[in-house]
Amino acid sequence: MSIWINESSKVLVQGITGGQGTFHATRMTEYGTDVVGGVTPGKGGQLVNLPGRSVPVYNTMDQAVSETDADVSVIYVPARFAAAAIVEAADAFNEIKGEGLIVCITEGIPILDMIRCIGHISEMPGIRLIGPNCPGIITPGENGGCKVGIMPGYIHAKGRIGIISKSGTLTYEAVAQTMSVGEGQTTCIGIGGDPISGTGFIDCLAAFEDDPETEAVVMIGEIGGTAEEDAAAWAADNFSKPIVGFVAGATAPPGKRMGHAGAIISGGKGTAEEKFSAFEKAGIHIARDPSKIGEVLVSVLIEAGLREP
Amino acid sequence: MPREGVNIHEYQGKALFREEGVAVQEGVHCTTVDQALEAYDSLGSKIVAVKSQIHAGGRGKGNLYCPDTGDLQMEGGVKIALSRDEVETYSKNILGNILVTKQSGPEGKMVNNLYIEAGCEIAHEYYLALLVDREKDAILVMASTEGGVDIEEVAETTPQAIHKAWTDSSGKLPTGADSAMADSLGLTGVSKDSFKEMLGRLVSMFVSRDCSMVEINPLVRAGDGAMIALDSKISFDDNASFRHPWRAEMRDMSEEEEVEIRANKSGLSYVKLDGNIGCLVNGAGLAMASMDVIKLYGGEPANFLDIGGGANKESITTAFGIILEDPNVEGILVNIFGGIIRCDMVARSIIDASREVGLSVPLVVRFSGTNHEEGRDVLEESSLEVTTVGTLADGAQAIVAATVGVDA
Repeated sequence: MSIWINESSKVLVQGITGGQGTFHATRMTEYGTDVVGGVTPGKGGQLVNLPGRSVPVYNTMDQAVSETDADVSVIYVPARFAAAAIVEAADAFNEIKGEGLIVCITEGIPILDMIRCIGHISEMPGIRLIGPNCPGIITPGENGGCKVGIMPGYIHAKGRIGIISKSGTLTYEAVAQTMSVGEGQTTCIGIGGDPISGTGFIDCLAAFEDDPETEAVVMIGEIGGTAEEDAAAWAADNFSKPIVGFVAGATAPPGKRMGHAGAIISGGKGTAEEKFSAFEKAGIHIARDPSKIGEVLVSVLIEAGLREP
Repeated sequence: MPREGVNIHEYQGKALFREEGVAVQEGVHCTTVDQALEAYDSLGSKIVAVKSQIHAGGRGKGNLYCPDTGDLQMEGGVKIALSRDEVETYSKNILGNILVTKQSGPEGKMVNNLYIEAGCEIAHEYYLALLVDREKDAILVMASTEGGVDIEEVAETTPQAIHKAWTDSSGKLPTGADSAMADSLGLTGVSKDSFKEMLGRLVSMFVSRDCSMVEINPLVRAGDGAMIALDSKISFDDNASFRHPWRAEMRDMSEEEEVEIRANKSGLSYVKLDGNIGCLVNGAGLAMASMDVIKLYGGEPANFLDIGGGANKESITTAFGIILEDPNVEGILVNIFGGIIRCDMVARSIIDASREVGLSVPLVVRFSGTNHEEGRDVLEESSLEVTTVGTLADGAQAIVAATVGVDA
């Protein structure tokens, strides 16, 4: 089991004929993802060569979803067109299938575009957006798996730990930490570092709670906003599995944006210290050093009786 | 409230307000004392405000210092002048001096711009702000009867004095929200009408110009009941700059960190800090985590630096150059988790960059992910003096050990 994607998920790539789109469609296919086609307006009818297959390009998401019966779309289009691409995907999935997962990798989308976009999608209960400005989502399988995004696939392995993170490379770090103690992952989700985004920590935790294969979760936050505090409070009441948590940015100065659009301590709010203490208060096991996530995870699994000491 | 995004000066914000039909007093932007005096003559108002123009807030309560001697020049960066002579005195004390405020940092900002604004009879001061609410995915409007003071203090001491309303996802306030807010501020008659009109215009301006924050503190009720924006603090969402070419003219480079702009041009994200250990990392989260772990093991990070997903030899060389420009740097930790970026490419770039910039401080490199073994081999086979490690914790400990005892 896993959450939201698995080896049978059929994936479309919006922006498949662009440099990033073709590159990552290739990597995703190599990993084992069932890439069934792509969308680039004006390039419908072309074929894109991927390892072991050629997939069709469509002009619109409507055509693409109708023809391929895809479940997932991943977006690699430039920032100024990305919000429209999300809306197009949402409309197509909603009208044709009533459900669908949209993963937006693009960084730098205007905030008000995202507010409009989130408002539009919120009317569609079957549609889930991950991102924007995120590495994507991956479910490692027995042979390959399903990778929807830009993460290096080979660092993952199928297992029983769920990973949720706002950051890209720090997610990979968390994955490597689980691997260093012999644990694999059910699903890893990068929710992105933008102030306005789709899926949040709580959505992921709720899905992991319902996934019988996931035994514990690693949650990686960062400074800015209150998503970590909200997730901790929710988890205290609703989440039964152990969580290991880390928050990046304990040394970040206030008022300075640290790379990610949302990573900023504003008016003294959104500090790493507040988030760590919210984690502790909620019974989340914290690692102050991300290189110790593996160690903490092992002790937590043993404590929970899920592993032999 | 601290700002997020692309900032502009008060006088520029007020010009935008005028264009958008948001009521402001007459005012003139000046860069010399002579211009300030001309402005006073032209405004025809006996009482004027002489206002320092810097991006940081808290100007009224800030102090001006002479840049050469460091002596206190004047208390208060915003002055009410009752005569032409006072305009001259205040302008001289402001222009060319350093204004230090609560938000400017201890080093303050040189004031090159001045705004002379006609005086206004004030019946009451209010607070009004529009900003992005990241938890509610909407634009938040905040208003308070406690104007002219620090809103964070109001939020702390009397949160019930702050009234809030949210737009829908298209950026429209619900019907009646403007009236309700006017009522909660105790506004009636012409003041209520004036407030509703102003709020409507501000909300549509926030959307049409892709703002990230508009703060008016104080918003005043004048003697005749009209509502007037006596201040303007506007920030824009930089992600939307592509559709607002007019913004380029408003940019004041003297308000930005030159090194951060230069880093940005090379696809790097750099923030200078006060420590002695430089960091070069791929990914914003991992870059923050690297700083945190350095601190955890007793060191002090000198910077945040994310080389980004599209890093190459040129940008990595630029990154090394920028780190080493900081005279406090006594060692560098490189932390790369290869994904799309290959560690062997980074290794070769490090070797080239270290030759080019003349690297003379201890260097610790941690590679993980794509081609990390090849990367380590490249470094170890080179003549470069470098310590390679396998984990971030080992890296932080090694660089802290290598910089301990080095004279500051």
